[in-house]
Parts: sequence; structure tokens; C-alpha cells
Amino acid sequence: MISEGKPYQAKAYDVIVVGAGHAGSEAALAAARMGNKTLLMTISLEMVAFMPCNPSVGGPAKGIVVREIDALGGEMGHNIDKTYVQMRMLNTGKGPAVRALRAQADKHAYHEEMKHTMEREPNLTLRQGVVTSLLVDDGVCHGVVTATGAHYEAKSVVLTAGTASRGKIIIGELMYSSGPNNSQPSIELSEDLEKLGFDLERFKTGTPPRVDGGTIHYDETEEQPGDKEPNHFSFDTPDSQYIDVKNQLSCWLTYTNEHTHEIIRENLDRAPMFSGVIEGVGPRYCPSIEDKIVRFADKSRHQLFLEPEGRRTDEWYVQGLSTSMPEEIQQHILHSIKGLEDAEMMRPGYAIEYDVVSPYQLRNTLETKLIKNLYTAGQMNGTSGYEEAAGQGLIAGINAGRRALGEDDFTLKRSDAYIGVMIDDLVTKGTKEPYRLLTSRAEYRLILRHDNADLRLTAMGHDLGLINDEKFAKFESKKAAITAELNRLKSVRVKPNAQVNEWLAAHNDAPLKDGVLAADFLRRPEVTYADLMQFIDGPAEPLDHRVVEQVEIELKYAGYIQKAEEKIAKLKRMEAKAIPANIDYEAIEGLATEGRQKLAKIQPETLAQASRISGVNPADIAILSVYIEQGRIAKVSQ
Amino acid sequence: MSQTITEFDTIAAISTPPGEGAISIVRLSGEEALATAEKVFKGRDLSKVASHTINYGHIIDPDTNEEVDEVMVSVMLAPKTFTREDVIEINCHGGIVATNRILQLLLSHGARLAEPGEFTKRAFLNGRIDLSQAEAVMDLIRAKTDKSMKVALNQLDGDLAHLIRNLRQDILDVLAQVEVNIDYPEYDDVETMTTRLLLEKAKDVKARIADLLSTAQQGKVLREGLATAIVGRPNVGKSSLLNHLLHEDKAIVTDVAGTTRDVIEEYVNVKGVPLKLVDTAGIHDTTDKVEKIGVERSKQALAAADLVLLVINGSEPLTDEDRTLIKTTADSKRIVILNKTDLPQQVDLTDLQKLVGDDAMIATSVLTNAGMDQLEDKIANLFFGGIENSQTTVMVTNARHIGLLNQASQALDDVMSGIAAGMPVDLVQIDMTRAWDLLGEITGDSVQDELLTQLFSQFCLGK
Repeated sequence: MISEGKPYQAKAYDVIVVGAGHAGSEAALAAARMGNKTLLMTISLEMVAFMPCNPSVGGPAKGIVVREIDALGGEMGHNIDKTYVQMRMLNTGKGPAVRALRAQADKHAYHEEMKHTMEREPNLTLRQGVVTSLLVDDGVCHGVVTATGAHYEAKSVVLTAGTASRGKIIIGELMYSSGPNNSQPSIELSEDLEKLGFDLERFKTGTPPRVDGGTIHYDETEEQPGDKEPNHFSFDTPDSQYIDVKNQLSCWLTYTNEHTHEIIRENLDRAPMFSGVIEGVGPRYCPSIEDKIVRFADKSRHQLFLEPEGRRTDEWYVQGLSTSMPEEIQQHILHSIKGLEDAEMMRPGYAIEYDVVSPYQLRNTLETKLIKNLYTAGQMNGTSGYEEAAGQGLIAGINAGRRALGEDDFTLKRSDAYIGVMIDDLVTKGTKEPYRLLTSRAEYRLILRHDNADLRLTAMGHDLGLINDEKFAKFESKKAAITAELNRLKSVRVKPNAQVNEWLAAHNDAPLKDGVLAADFLRRPEVTYADLMQFIDGPAEPLDHRVVEQVEIELKYAGYIQKAEEKIAKLKRMEAKAIPANIDYEAIEGLATEGRQKLAKIQPETLAQASRISGVNPADIAILSVYIEQGRIAKVSQ
Repeated sequence: MSQTITEFDTIAAISTPPGEGAISIVRLSGEEALATAEKVFKGRDLSKVASHTINYGHIIDPDTNEEVDEVMVSVMLAPKTFTREDVIEINCHGGIVATNRILQLLLSHGARLAEPGEFTKRAFLNGRIDLSQAEAVMDLIRAKTDKSMKVALNQLDGDLAHLIRNLRQDILDVLAQVEVNIDYPEYDDVETMTTRLLLEKAKDVKARIADLLSTAQQGKVLREGLATAIVGRPNVGKSSLLNHLLHEDKAIVTDVAGTTRDVIEEYVNVKGVPLKLVDTAGIHDTTDKVEKIGVERSKQALAAADLVLLVINGSEPLTDEDRTLIKTTADSKRIVILNKTDLPQQVDLTDLQKLVGDDAMIATSVLTNAGMDQLEDKIANLFFGGIENSQTTVMVTNARHIGLLNQASQALDDVMSGIAAGMPVDLVQIDMTRAWDLLGEITGDSVQDELLTQLFSQFCLGK
């Protein structure tokens, strides 16, 4: 900074959110909707809820997070439902637990819509400005200072600085200080966090070049259209609002080839990834193209998806071609690819390095352990992805909001939501690379489905004051309809008549000898709810397809669901065993050295969390549980 | 992925010192204690009996319906028990074999082997014992853990660990493929994992686990002793031989043929080989009803023996009965003992050698100790020679390992029945993952990150 603004006392707020990406937007909306006077500070109002990387929302695990956000009263689901250009359900051939909705977004419309939603929120103020430091006294955060000299007081503060934190963009030999998409970086705030004693790490991510859609030979690629069947992310969006597939935009599939790989290999000496220029740790699941060529040398081609960035732009995103090779080489690479021979590059791909707050320093409310009333969320906590950021932003915003209102903490367990899995992973295990949610990270995948996110979380959203009574009543009636139909099917019988047995014979299934309960009949793998309705009377009123879906899943997968729920019930008892915050691990004899160090560093809040820390063995847990019980008894007897 | 929840599951252990006492007690504690015991108990319906009662019945292997032991089962329901949880105590017949077998069955049917001090720990956590004892509990956990960790490490033989890791790696390859299909549905470089492929893999892994479990039988020899039957017609010196090996008079020895009325089991250490000696009543046609039972049991003992010591009286000519015994034991691993060399010899050696063939023959006099050293050397050679020559040197001997292998095998059964019921891959995969986790508990490798590492090193994934 060349010179600083003269300090002045600005207005006080209940909650201040720093950064207006996907985490910041959710945090600010949640805090404001709970009744807090909320200030959202952003470096650039043009970057509110901006998608600097791929123009899509959802997919496996991530799509479920969007539904969870919606059920808890967040905004991402509404916002994408208003601005998508293509909708697709993935994994339809697999079980219900892993089906995943994904939308291609109009990234400009998405930004505008979110910005406008926030502008209309009565308790929320948007302001452009750069936060340079935090106001902290006695380990308690009470506001922020901006470059213009403004001192804002607040009851709680949420930081969501994303890749702007000491961001550095790298394109071949070119390297400069920058936030995402050439926005202004946030440098002083990072330095302030270090001064306050935070342990920061350096991560790296990247984005592919964008090309002019008018110069793509689409006929040389394969079309990937959207779905005919309507689906949305939000519980509130009716099927009637679904965009006809004719009016959706398609994506297009093409591949790299040996020639592409040749170009990359010949220029590896100019690749910052391999020349030692890049220090940050990049994600394994989102490697750059040069990384793919080196690590998977035997593969003759890699998939590339061409994705539209919006309706009112001709920029196309080349998914799969993330790179930090020099601009000149990027052009050669593009031109070597089928369909892109004549493509005009509009923006080069780049790598970006940035600071993250090592997430072991956070509680599962996303409040920092070091400084009270200070929360961090999103990419700043070491994650990657808009959905992961939004999920954390919502939780941080809820907790910052509740703190400002003098209410207790709100957390999600691993068995409640993918958001719970993610936060527990982050604060318990930390992460060595940008963290992405995958369905395999969830041990209760079958319980954490996208179709039941509303059933899992809407009541919590309502209790938090983020789901209004009208939406809640609608949800309750859906729930009641599911229960009623399940009960009905458990009392109505399918009779063994010729019609049923002909149908069964046609489906290679054993005929019925005696009548069976409709519920049991539906458990046969080849029988759908619609099939069943041929053989019994329908419900009094026709059911919504989402109710039918729940009834089918509940019955068909009952055995697996029950097993998972038994495991969860056991785990809940361990989750209930709280570890006192002031515990001194040095004072507990008998803990193994590694276990003791890990426990002291992570400071788990429950025995269950402690048992998930790698390096803490069962004997450590046994000793810890006896020690805690000893303390509890001692207190009672005093 | 999965995490071992140790705090509230049902635990089991042998709570009497091993190998001593006429009665051993296997104890279960936890919510599932009653249900687990019921799976292997035949007798009164334990769920209907009053708390704090003792119930007569049998322990049965539910897979084979084989009767394992005659037992008394104490049912003690929470909260008035040592741990304040439901506690079941199975009083059985003392021998190492039966007691281990019962524990094994419980471990294969839902219980987990208790950690050192764990019953006491639960008693404390559930408020059964007071604060002053807390320190003692922690000392117990600490001390016993150190010791048991050493033991556990020794028990996990490097080759076994290697085999289990191979099995896990094979399952992991499948799991990674399923995960890639789910998390990267548009990634077209990986074959779609179908239930058909999953079925093949489940069958393959299950067969390999079955192979490992069959070595548990071989391992049993090391753990429980080489079952050795001493046979011969009456009064050839079988009991004297047994007594000699035992160095004490346990079998009844008289000069009257047929005085050994029952099968006596004893353990002895012969030059490092654990022998489970079975002295049999003389096998001969008898009209004595009491002895007839003994004869029947001897024939059974013979069939189950790992080694047969066939005793022949050298001071008398070979009888038809001797010839029959030589024939009936021909398929067993045996040593023929020509006893009573202190008396004038009447046996035609060339004739005998023809009948015995290549099997080992040793001349002894139990009375004067002549030939006894050679006999013991021969037993040791046979045993260690056999081990060296055997194809598989990996043996599963640890009760906990056997329990986990059995559970993993059951998880694979669940995979197969899920596939048969038409369940989608990602549900069937839940049981496959469970098998992987259970195997990991043997080697201590149940870490979820393995899966992600596999995913990203095997497949080129990215957006």
C-alpha cells in the first residue's frame, strides 16, 4: 500500500463478514436473516458470488451440500435455480444415495442475482472496501479496520477471504500479486493474522483458459445435453419453472491427444508446476493438464468438457485443461485439440497461490480457538469448491449470528449432513491439499442423500429462524404424506390374482401364492411404486413424486438404512461425551506421546472426535474417558 | 469411512486363567451380550429367564450345528452387574480347546475381544466403582496395554499381515473403482463396476479368507497341541508310556487288561512340541458294557488324531488284533513302538516291518527307559519336519484374528445376498467396505485416507 487512509470511527454492526464470495454471501445472509445488523465488506462489488473457475454448481456430494444449504435456509439453491442454463441428474443408474444434481450456471446472472438478493435483505449492508486488520483485545475480536481508515465495531466477525489472501497469479514465467480473476489481493489481513499467531499454509489451485465460442467447431465434439425430467436444487422451486431442455445450453466433449501431450512435454521446463516456482500444495483431484501428462504418462488422451459461461457471453470454459503454462504454449495446446483447432483464447489459464488458515485451529462452529468471536469459512479454511465454501459460510454465519444474539453454538454432526462431515474432517484431521467433498468421505452416505436433505435439516433451519413458517408447514405436510403412505402400504395387501402373477411372470419373478403386504411387494427389486399401484387402490389423493420417491427408498433399502442408523445411534452416545475445554493433556498420565501431542493440538470437543484423530489410539481414548469421568465425579462430590 | 466405535459395543473374554482349573468362564458384557450368547446357546430361551439365574445347556456352533461343550450360563441383566451392563458368563469345561472355541464363536457372532482392563473400565465409567479406584483402572489399562501390544505385535506374523494386506488391496481396488464411478460419473476411462464384477471379487476374497481360516486348523496345533493318540491292544504298556511322558501317574495302570476305562487328555511338552496326549482304552472287542463306551470313544479319538503312537508288545507274538490295529492306523501319521524290550522278544521283526512299511518304528522299554529318547526325538522331527515341508507357512492362530476373519467372511456373504436381492452397487459396496475394515482391524490399517490415496493415484481425475 502506498499510503493509508486516516483512521475514523465508523458505524457499529452486530456481525461483519469480510469477503463476498460463496462463503461470505451465505454467512452474511444467514446472520442478517436471524435479525443481526450485518455488514458485508468486499474488495469488489463486481465479484459478489463470482465463479472464477468452472461455471457449474452441484455434482456428486457437492449437489447434496446445495440441498442441505437450502434446507437450512441458505441461498445457493434458490440462486442457481434462477440462473442455470443446464440441469442434469448424474448417477441415475446407481442407488439413491449417490444420485447427484448438477447445474451449469450463467456465471454473470448468478453473481447479479445473489448481489441483488443481498441488496434487498433489510438487515444487510454491502460495502466495497479492503479490510486490513482485525480489532482484537484480550483474545476477543470486536471489529475490523479498512484501508480507508474506517474502524467498524462488531459483536462477531466472519472472514471469508478466499484466494485473495496474499494471492499470487502465475502464468508461465509471469507472476504477480493478485486475487482471483485479476482482482485486488488482500495482503495486510494475512499479515495481521500471522501477527495474531495464526498458523497459515500456502495452497495452490488453477483454472483453464477460456475460448471464444464462435471459434469452436462443435461438430467435431460430442454433445452433452441437459435433462428432460425436471429437477431443481431448492425445495421451493416448483417443477413448472423448469427450463425446457430445448432452451437449455449443451456442453460438448472433446479430448486431448498425443500431439497435445507432446507440446506439453516439450515445454515442461517452462511449466511453473515443475520448475519449482509454485510452492503451494495443489489438489490431487483437480490436477493441471501438465500434472496429468506427467503423472499418467501412459494415457493417450484426457477428457475435456467445453462449458458455456452464460447466455449473454461467448466465453467458454475448457474443463480439464487447468494450466499455468506460458500463454504462448496454452495457445498451441488449445489448437492441438479436436474442435479447438481455430479457437481464439479469450483469457489464459493460470495458477493461483494463496494463504489458508490451517483448519485444526478452528472449532466445529468455525470459530477460531485462538480468538473469540472470530470465524473463518470457505477456501480460506483450505477447501476448494463453491458448494464447500457456501456450506461453511452458512455455518459460520449462523454461529456468528447466534453469538451476536447471545445464543448457543450450532453444529452439524457427521451423521446429519455432508456439511458436518466436511467441517469435522477439517477441524479434526486438517488437510494437506485443497479439500473437496467426495461421497466416499461420508461413512453414512446412505443416510446423507440429496433427496432427504429437507427431511434431515428443515426442522433445524426452522429452529434457527432461517426457514419461515410457510415453508416449514409445506415441509411438514410432505413429511406427513410420506408417513401416511408408508403406513397405508404396511396395511394394504396385494392379492395373488392372475393379473399380478402374469405381471410377475413377465418380469421373471416368482408368482404369489398368498396375499402379501403392499410394502413387502414393493421391496422386490423389479417392482416400482407405479407398478404396485396397478394392483392395489391408490392413495386418497395423488402423491407428489417426491413423496413417492421417499416411500420407495424407505421400503426398498430398509435393511441397509436400519444398519446405518444403528451405527449412528452408537456413535451419538460417544458424541455426547464432551471433553472439558480446559483439559490439560500434560496432566494425564499414561497417554502415548503422539496421542498426547495430537490431542493438545486439535483439542477435540467430544470423545468421538478424539477417536477420529489419527495417531490417537484406543488405549488413549480409554484413559481419556476414565480421566474425564474421574473429573466429573470429583466435581459432583465437592 | 468407517470408524471403530469401541465404547458401547459388546465385549468378550476368558476371565479365568488359561489352562488351569476344572472350570473356565467366558464373560460377555454389553447391550448385545444376551443376543450374542443366544446365537450359540442351545437350552432354555435366555431372553425369557430371570436375571441372575444359572442355566444349563450346550454351546453349539450355529454354522455346523456341532456341539462344542456342555455349559452353565449365568444371565445377569443391567444394572446390578459388575459392569452395570448386561453380563453373561459361560461356565465351561476348563480345557483350553473348549474355552477358546467358545470365545471364538462369540467373537464370530458379534462380540469384540475385550481390551485389557476393559471390564473394569466399564465398571468405573458406569459408576460401579468409586473414584479412588479410577487411578487403579488407568494403571491397569496402561500396564496391560503395553504388555498386550507387545503380544499383539508378536501374534501378527509378518506373512499373515502380508496376506491380509494383499486381500485388502484387492478389495480396495474394487472400492476405488466404485467410488470413481460415483464421484466422477462422467470419467470414461474406468470400467463401470457392475454388481457382476463385484460378485466375482467377493467370491474370490471369500475363498481366500476360507483358505486362511483353514490354516487356523494347522495353527491350532501350535496353540492347542498336536493331538496324539496312544493305541494298542490291552496291556501292551500304553498307560505306562503316557505316564512316562507325563512324569506322573494319572492314568490307572494295572496288569489286568482293560483297566483304562476312559479317554484321558493331557498336555505335555516333548522337545518343544506341544502334545495333546490322548490315552485310549484298549481297542479290542469287548462285552463289558462300561468299557464298550470307552472303546467307541477311542476310535473317535483315533480319527481326530494328528499323530498315532501304536504300541506293540514285543514280548508276545503278533496277534490278529495287532494286525488289525496296524491296518486301521495305516492312513494316520504314526510311530510304531515295539515295547517291553526288557523281556525276551517274541515278535517276528521282518514280518512286522512288512506290515508297517516305511513308517517309523522304535524299540523301547518304558520300564527301563530304553529307547525313550529316540522316541521323543522322532516325535519332534516328525512335527518340525512337517511344518517345514508344508506348503503354507502362514497360520492364523489368534482368536481375535479368527473372529475378524469370520466376520469379514460374513460381510462378503452380505455382499452376495445384496447382489442377489438386486441392490445397486453403491449399497452392496457398504458391506464390501465393512469386509475391508474388518481385515484392517487385524493389521491395524483401517484408515479412510487409503481409499482417497488409491483413488487419486490410480485414476487421472480432475475438472
